[in-house]
Amino acid sequence: MARAATTTDAFNAVAEPRRRQILDLLADGERPVNDLVELIGLAQPQVSKHLRVLREVGAVEVRDDGRRRLYRLNGPALKPIHDWVQGFEQLWSDRFDQLDSVLADLKQKEQGDVGDE
Amino acid sequence: MSVTSENRANVSLPADDQILITREFDAPRELVFKAYTTPELVRRWWHANRGDITLCEIDLRVGGGWRYVMTARGGFEVGFHGEYREIVPNERIVSTEVFEGMPDAPALDTLTLTESDGRTTLSLLVQHSSRENRDAHINSGMEDGLQDAMELLEGVAVSLR
Repeated sequence: MARAATTTDAFNAVAEPRRRQILDLLADGERPVNDLVELIGLAQPQVSKHLRVLREVGAVEVRDDGRRRLYRLNGPALKPIHDWVQGFEQLWSDRFDQLDSVLADLKQKEQGDVGDE
Repeated sequence: MSVTSENRANVSLPADDQILITREFDAPRELVFKAYTTPELVRRWWHANRGDITLCEIDLRVGGGWRYVMTARGGFEVGFHGEYREIVPNERIVSTEVFEGMPDAPALDTLTLTESDGRTTLSLLVQHSSRENRDAHINSGMEDGLQDAMELLEGVAVSLR
């Protein structure tokens, strides 16, 4: 699948481990920058830089609440990543659905063996 | 599909060079381990309804090899092989995995089985050597899906003749 190789690409935005950490933290709910700085253990300018990249691809949104800036996750921007992984996930879903049948047979056989004894 | 299951495989990307596949099974982990490591049983599920398994070899010991080959419905052959690095029966298998279409990009797979109340959670962590290789691996899944779609289309086309 073709993918844009720019910083305005959601794939690139989440390729950085710290940015994924930020997204994980925001998945629990809206947070002010200070919270993120504390939880991630980076200096504020670095956290702000990561937040800027995430904002550029629309992965996070910001609003002002008095003197605080609150960040929150914007799920739909991450949909391309979800879609990309989906074909692969379907392969494993189909594979494991087959495995369910094999396991059901094994369970039945085991019970049969116990009954024979 | 003979078994209806609410258990869906979940795929996540914990790091740039990793894929994590998880799934819950309604069976104790001894049985999952058995189904995962016995060639006759692997032949029954690994195809994922995408073709016929033509070869399934498992030499389950550290340093031993495994190889699975499938002829996909489109007629092309896909092969995977690797070597077992660590085996803890019913709990954990670490092995290498090489997709034979991309022989220079081996991955390291860690299979972990945990059981709770007779149900087993399977987790398969695929560690690639780079983001590019990881991405190519995921793209190969996309191609499978595409292949399925093409075959469905072909089936429809044939039925219209």
